Amino acid sequence: MVGLLHLDFKGLVILLMSAVFVNNYVLQKFLGICSFLGVSKKLDQATGMSLAVIFVMMLSTAVTWPIQYYLLNPHGLGYMQTIVFILVIAALVQLVEIVLKKYIPALHSAMGIYLPLITTNCAVLAVTILNVDKQYDFLASMVNSLGSGLGYFLAMVMFAGIRSRMEGGEAPKSFEGLPILLVAASIVSVSFFGFAGVIENLFG
Amino acid sequence: MKKLGILINGILKENPVLVLILGTCPTLAVSTQASNAIGMGLAATAVLVCSNIAISALRKAIPDNVRIPCYIVLIAGFVTIVEMLVKAYAPALNERLGIYLPLIVVNCIILGRAEMYANKNTVWDSTLDGIGMGLGFTLALFVMASIREILGSGTFFGNAIPGLANYNISIMTLAPGGFFVYGCMIAVVNKLSHGKAIKKKEFGCMGCPSATACGKLNQADCEKESEA
Repeated sequence: MVGLLHLDFKGLVILLMSAVFVNNYVLQKFLGICSFLGVSKKLDQATGMSLAVIFVMMLSTAVTWPIQYYLLNPHGLGYMQTIVFILVIAALVQLVEIVLKKYIPALHSAMGIYLPLITTNCAVLAVTILNVDKQYDFLASMVNSLGSGLGYFLAMVMFAGIRSRMEGGEAPKSFEGLPILLVAASIVSVSFFGFAGVIENLFG
Repeated sequence: MKKLGILINGILKENPVLVLILGTCPTLAVSTQASNAIGMGLAATAVLVCSNIAISALRKAIPDNVRIPCYIVLIAGFVTIVEMLVKAYAPALNERLGIYLPLIVVNCIILGRAEMYANKNTVWDSTLDGIGMGLGFTLALFVMASIREILGSGTFFGNAIPGLANYNISIMTLAPGGFFVYGCMIAVVNKLSHGKAIKKKEFGCMGCPSATACGKLNQADCEKESEA
């Protein structure tokens, strides 16, 4: 399609790597913080939630991208983006849940409980809107969604590990619970600055 | 007097950002400049007041089983209106808020108040609750943005503060500063309320506004989660 950003293979690899490390959704862009703080307590929960997020992100991009370019734009309905996307995501999540429950009960019991939480996870809506904002073509959009999802996964798993170590430590009284978690997240987020130059120099 | 209480409740006692811990994403992301914080706060307040009014007026008409999708449609409609207004009259603000403007749709504060307050109370009370919560959100955002802007860029509302220009801690305006300042602010609230404010509210998945909607979530798991 005319005017869309088309990337070659190298470009796609850079896009994927930047989405995971440099523009990490949780730690650099502050998307999906609620679930990041809420579900990262145990490693298995963090993994289940992250896999569900990766899956829903890619699925909703695969559905919303064609809707934007073949349905909304040709009819001048671009302003309906927000309302259409959130409804599509909500419906998709529901659909996936029903399908999983019926046909793959094992996967449903592992991932199913996290699905309802994903509808209101801002990372999913954000990735679909950003793909359109940045004018990525379909392939680049899918790669960006995969990268963003993997970035979420990385942040969740890392933070679940840190939380399990923090349980033994004693924080000052007023910092107990959430405040000390946020301070820990801040330190984790500093470590991600280290990646900023690496990706460009590695592939540039 | 009782009406005034509803209004004050949102601003102080149940401040959505510092006590209820809702809407963390926009709080962290937008609080780099005091002017952004005010813009975001007012946009979210407008959506919150409108959605509270609409949901409370329709609370008897909306069937209970499909209430969450109905709320999302209503909220998304108001967000689209606000988005168009901001694009038309404040393009610079739209540029700076970027993706976080349409993301008001999934701001937990709005869905949370719809679920916790507006669908149980009268239109007038819900309006006041919306205004109070919105102002509380704006106020918390403004305080946090002021701290980050003054320490991080040595400016306030974009005006340079004399004597601070050479002492910027620029990490304050970046992502780590956001987490850090937010953590410290909650700690201060904990200290001032002697740990009562936040202990009362469960944090974790029971504190999530969609918790009631997600019957799938194992109750036992949730209780473990909320001990955190």
